[in-house]
Amino acid sequence: MILSVQDLEVAFRVGPWFDRRTILAVARVSFDLSQGETFAIVGESGSGKTTLAHAINGLQAISGGEVSFMGKKVEVSRARAVQPLRRHMSMMFQDPVGSLSPRMKVGDLVAEPFVIHKIGKNLKKEVQRLLSLVGLPGDFADRYPHQLSGGQARRIGVARAIALDPKLIIADEPTAGLDVSVQGEVLNLLNDLREQLGLSMIFISHNLHVVHHVADRMAVMYLGRIVETGSTEEVFRAPAHPYTATLLSATPNPDPDKVHDRILLSSEVPSLLDRPAGCEFHTRCPWVQQRCFNESPYLEGGQLKRVACHVPLEPGARPPPKG
Amino acid sequence: MNVLEIQNLNVAFATGGGFLRALKNVSIDIPEYCIVGVVGESGCGKSTLINSILRLLPENGSIDTGSIQFEGRDLAQLNLSQMQGIRGSRISTVFQDPMDALNPVLSIAEQMLHIQYRSDLSRKKKNARSIEMLRRVRIPDPESALKRYPHEFSGGMKQRIAIAMAMMMEPALLIADEPTTALDATLEVAIINLLKELQSQIKCSMLFISHHLGLVAELCDEVVVMYAGEVLERGSARQIFHDPWHPYTQRLLDCDPASQTLRTRHLPTIPGEIPDLRRDQEGCIFRSRCQFCEEVCKTVPAEVETEGHHVRCHRLFQ
Amino acid sequence: MSDILILVFEVVSKHLGSLRRVVAEPLGAVGLIMVVGMIAGAIFADFLTAFEPTRISPRDRFLEPSVVHLMGTDQLGRDLFSRVLHGGQIALSVALVSIAASLLIGVILGLIAGYGPRWLDNLMILLFDAIKSFPTVMLALALVTLFGPSLTAVMIVVVLVNVPGYARIIRTQTLALKSSQFVTSAQSMGASTARVLRVHILPNSIGPLLILASMDIPVVIAIEAGMSFLGLGVRPPTPSWGAILNDGFTAIRDTPWIAIAGGVPIILTTLGFTFLGETLRDIFDPRLKRRA
Repeated sequence: MILSVQDLEVAFRVGPWFDRRTILAVARVSFDLSQGETFAIVGESGSGKTTLAHAINGLQAISGGEVSFMGKKVEVSRARAVQPLRRHMSMMFQDPVGSLSPRMKVGDLVAEPFVIHKIGKNLKKEVQRLLSLVGLPGDFADRYPHQLSGGQARRIGVARAIALDPKLIIADEPTAGLDVSVQGEVLNLLNDLREQLGLSMIFISHNLHVVHHVADRMAVMYLGRIVETGSTEEVFRAPAHPYTATLLSATPNPDPDKVHDRILLSSEVPSLLDRPAGCEFHTRCPWVQQRCFNESPYLEGGQLKRVACHVPLEPGARPPPKG
Repeated sequence: MNVLEIQNLNVAFATGGGFLRALKNVSIDIPEYCIVGVVGESGCGKSTLINSILRLLPENGSIDTGSIQFEGRDLAQLNLSQMQGIRGSRISTVFQDPMDALNPVLSIAEQMLHIQYRSDLSRKKKNARSIEMLRRVRIPDPESALKRYPHEFSGGMKQRIAIAMAMMMEPALLIADEPTTALDATLEVAIINLLKELQSQIKCSMLFISHHLGLVAELCDEVVVMYAGEVLERGSARQIFHDPWHPYTQRLLDCDPASQTLRTRHLPTIPGEIPDLRRDQEGCIFRSRCQFCEEVCKTVPAEVETEGHHVRCHRLFQ
Repeated sequence: MSDILILVFEVVSKHLGSLRRVVAEPLGAVGLIMVVGMIAGAIFADFLTAFEPTRISPRDRFLEPSVVHLMGTDQLGRDLFSRVLHGGQIALSVALVSIAASLLIGVILGLIAGYGPRWLDNLMILLFDAIKSFPTVMLALALVTLFGPSLTAVMIVVVLVNVPGYARIIRTQTLALKSSQFVTSAQSMGASTARVLRVHILPNSIGPLLILASMDIPVVIAIEAGMSFLGLGVRPPTPSWGAILNDGFTAIRDTPWIAIAGGVPIILTTLGFTFLGETLRDIFDPRLKRRA
């Protein structure tokens, strides 16, 4: 096992000093990741995906639980202990161009991991090797980020992420803002590298179609909590949590004749400041029942899939008529 | 009857590296009460198209030739004040970021009054209309929403308000520029449904710009496929999605992970890059990336039409 | 060695590009000529004039401008042209040293305030505001009373006046950049705080500050002249434009050339640096950049 996340909690304090309140951005999240595995985290904005990624990397202080990577604890307070761990765990961020320092040349950007970890190799040669590995010509080393297209900038991001042969890549929306044809290129590149280098990957995305193709296992998050997790194929075949089913039914297909039998949610996402009691999805759930209002469900199930719902759905279930 | 007819539109930008031909012989018809989708990847000229229709091209851009017929007038020939009379009332726009349409320091009520400044109704009646419009886009409690400011609403609600404002003057044409890109999937679907509903109620036409093929398939009656400033194929949504003729359209559809029903680790791509539009491009614009490229492709293909399905590709003659 | 040469070449060629853009603007070209003229005059002062700036010659008192004395002489018979050129040295060195010191201190304090903990930021902002709320003249008088009139006093006043503003600019930029994706990206790779500040935050925040500082140079020259005029700056007989102006001030009716010799260079350099600074600002203004 390369990464283990146990009951992870991240709390933020918000509001002015006379009305300081605590919100839980990530609430009791647990999962394991083994060598070579790709784990997808799916959820809408505000679901805590990015905060979770930052906490795993030690960029975000955690308020409960623990993250252990390669058998060592990741803690923000012990920066000296985390620093060497980061050599083996790299991140990719949402904005392909924005995650590159604007006044540095591509060559320096790709060489940065070596400089930070004081690995005194022949940097020029390493840069050329990495650029060709991600399919870019060597003269790109002299360009600046603003001279790159989204797809090219993303490839530089990949080159930086794999520079030190990491064990784990945490990719936060790695295809956001890319055209579909370029998206395929980046995903294929990541997949090839994953196979060649035996990488594990945490793949954060809101695009379920992409997740379907790249992930071995996945988790669906809602208000900072995992509501359903399991093998990707199983989750797609038989979504058991109403929220998962809603997300799956919401994704449009490029087929004008497809009849969309959508599950429509009535209200908006509740505020983290005002978490609903009981099952936190009950305010929007079409299948809501009496016990959902005050009884919190636990993440339960077998090896293949676990779900946090009092009345898990059967495959193909339809919402009951309103009334 | 077409609400908007774009004929042989050519738009160029003066850049440091010479003239950039952003739109080349673009012809698009938007029939009455019809939703026309424009799909294409970045650099295909989608935003230049919108800016040309609204006559909001940046200083270094100009319409060289071609016409944009709208309600009996050629928009390409109008002066600024004539154009301002059309924008916002006969043609209105919904942007990707609702904050492009909403002024952060004015209440929703004030902003909705501003849009109706041409109307003779009393202030009270105008406010009543605003409330009615907010109700139609399903803003809960529209009376109190009117008194609030944009930042008090969530992203999805802001986009609904922006749509209400765009539809307020019952335009003949609504231009929706990636209106759901910033939203989550569940909201995205709700906004699409809302747009469709309002469009049929108000009986306007819509130009829907998106890179999301699934949304276009779901919402649009007709689809235009653009690549590097040219229209390569256009036709009904069924023609484009079920029976694409142009190699680019076929490959673009293949690239969408949603069209791959079987799980695959290797997704299709379109190798190569968009040609540099600052240089003169010979022949078919897609030539450099097309797997069927032949000698004949060095000449510009003519647009061929069969049953409303227009394509620019030499393969159709063979 | 070749690396250094390449680096020098790169830097020069990069700046030649912006120099060409400065010269392309008429105002910028005028400003550049004035500034270069003033700097050259100050540097080559000893070659351009045969007279010592402090040599007193009772026989040559109050001489009108002539071929020998280009700007005439003052009440002690000193050559005014020589005094103006040497006064330029004083003005320029005071301006450069005190602006450089302000930049250094301002950048460091700004980075600490922007990147450090919140309470420290609040404390430093309070301190900056306190200094800023002090009127410049009062500050100058207080310092001179403490240390006596000197160039050092002038420079300390300039540093005290400039640092809060400079630090605030860097602090605001740092706060904005702190949460940007490229900074988070560097942190996620394990970059130290020092590296994040030096490599990622400083290069992206210093641009506007440098332009502001270049526009502050004429202000400093004016402050130096003003304080010397009031007798709070350089001590006689050291030549300073302010002091020359003061010398001419008492005899402005009979011998106006003395006051002119002191006043014109102040006006010209102030204009020159202002034109140059404004042109630079227009060129590097991010809003204009986006338009291009």
